[in-house]
Amino acid sequence: MTEPMVRIRGLRKRFGEKEVLCGIDMDVRPGSVMCIIGPSGSGKSTLLSCINHLERIDGGTMWVGGELVGYREQAGKLYELPERKVAGMRARIGMVFQHFNLFPHMTVLRNIIEAPIRVKRVPAAQARAKALLLLDRVGLADKAAAFPSQLSGGQQQRVAIARALAMEPQLMLFDEPTSALDPELVGEVLAVMRDLAASGMTMMVVTHELAFAREVGDDLVFMADGRVVERGSPRTLLASPREPRTREFLSRVL
Amino acid sequence: MSSGAVDPVDSDLVGPASDEAMQVIPLRHPWTWAASVLVVLVAAGVAWSVATNPAFQWPVVAQYFFDGQILAGLRRTLELTVAAMALGLVLGTALAVMRLSDNKLLSTLSWLYIWFFRSVPVLVQLIFWYNFGALYAHITLALPWGTVLYSASTNDVITPLTAALTGLGLAQAAYTAEVIRAGILSVAPGQTRAAKALGMGPVTIFIRIVFPQAMRVIIPPVGNEVISMVKGTSLVSVIAMADLLYTAQLIYARTYETIPLLIVASLWYLAIVSVLSVAQHALERHYGRGA
Repeated sequence: MTEPMVRIRGLRKRFGEKEVLCGIDMDVRPGSVMCIIGPSGSGKSTLLSCINHLERIDGGTMWVGGELVGYREQAGKLYELPERKVAGMRARIGMVFQHFNLFPHMTVLRNIIEAPIRVKRVPAAQARAKALLLLDRVGLADKAAAFPSQLSGGQQQRVAIARALAMEPQLMLFDEPTSALDPELVGEVLAVMRDLAASGMTMMVVTHELAFAREVGDDLVFMADGRVVERGSPRTLLASPREPRTREFLSRVL
Repeated sequence: MSSGAVDPVDSDLVGPASDEAMQVIPLRHPWTWAASVLVVLVAAGVAWSVATNPAFQWPVVAQYFFDGQILAGLRRTLELTVAAMALGLVLGTALAVMRLSDNKLLSTLSWLYIWFFRSVPVLVQLIFWYNFGALYAHITLALPWGTVLYSASTNDVITPLTAALTGLGLAQAAYTAEVIRAGILSVAPGQTRAAKALGMGPVTIFIRIVFPQAMRVIIPPVGNEVISMVKGTSLVSVIAMADLLYTAQLIYARTYETIPLLIVASLWYLAIVSVLSVAQHALERHYGRGA
């Protein structure tokens, strides 16, 4: 069996007194799409934020592409690394947020080329050429000079995906990418994500779009109260959940 | 009306008389126009009175407006404003970043600085710096084991100019720091998260992502502070620096032409602030992109 792209063992995370992740184990195979569903407050989004060390962890270990993220291991302990070093590791992991988080003071093109130029020191002309290809791929070739405020939510989210892809990540994290969109705009974002999955990108997607999970996902995880309650192939899990907690959740959202 | 049964789509009963689009007249404000005329008349009357009243001594105003002494004072005012404001902005930005730091030592130091320099009147600070030589006759910079890097008599280092710059700049930094801190806090946390997720380091995030967005909030109050500073520099008269206002005062103390010379100074202040307001507008437009 090949080395997993993401390997999580015993991950724990607390916010103050409240434990939001209580020992998560998870493997994501290279080139596969893992969808994570669950009620709000179940820890799905926190899990994604821990993977690229936007949140500190309180226990457990995590490897992405065989490397620890945000920590260095020495004599059985994990030492947190300074922000400068973590930054280099994050550059290999793309992330797409619920509220897009485009940089409003920059044009669409500038949003996409900023990190490649500043972080990876890609020459500006090369970064620009690549950005235009990516914009074409997400269907927004004509929006390079626009500012984010001039775009619809769906267009902004597609730019955000292009921005993450410009760093040529090994792994893409999607944190409820369609939850903030008007219903008629959800489809265009999911279409871009479907293409990305088909191209072989390893993806972890926190979502409420069960149809997308069934169609595109290779694995499906149901989380509740900071634990993985059930996991399996999307079709099986959605059609015949074993756990009562899963059944209850699905009966409410379907 | 047609005879017989009632016709439900009879045009006399439903809708307007004509299908043609009607002209739309916006609400009119005749009293605004009347009041405007009145205001213009009053303003013209005041202007006429000021222009023709011989007590204003307009010929004297004209005589001193480009006077060499006045222009030298004007230049001193502008130099002090630019230099003290530059010191205030650079130091203020550093203080704001320290204040927001997770590092308790840095944020406490910044808090103490802001507390002290906002509490003591700037006038007192200026006099204090000017008389620094009375407290420490020599300024010496030395390594712990005695190698002297720099040493000078305090009175050589602290001239009226350096005392004025230090006094105004250090006090300004305390105020600017709070304005910049508010600006930084106004940027959505998601911006920093997104920049981090792209692999940007803390310095890049601050310079490229957070600061340009904070500028939108920072510029209007800083514009205010610059305008305050233009006039605030006149405090330096207490340490015998001849700025614009003090120069005017020196002249009228000799000639007793008090009102015309104060008018000269005021007209120059009006001119400076007008230019600054235009510059502020241009900066606001620049940093307002994409909003």
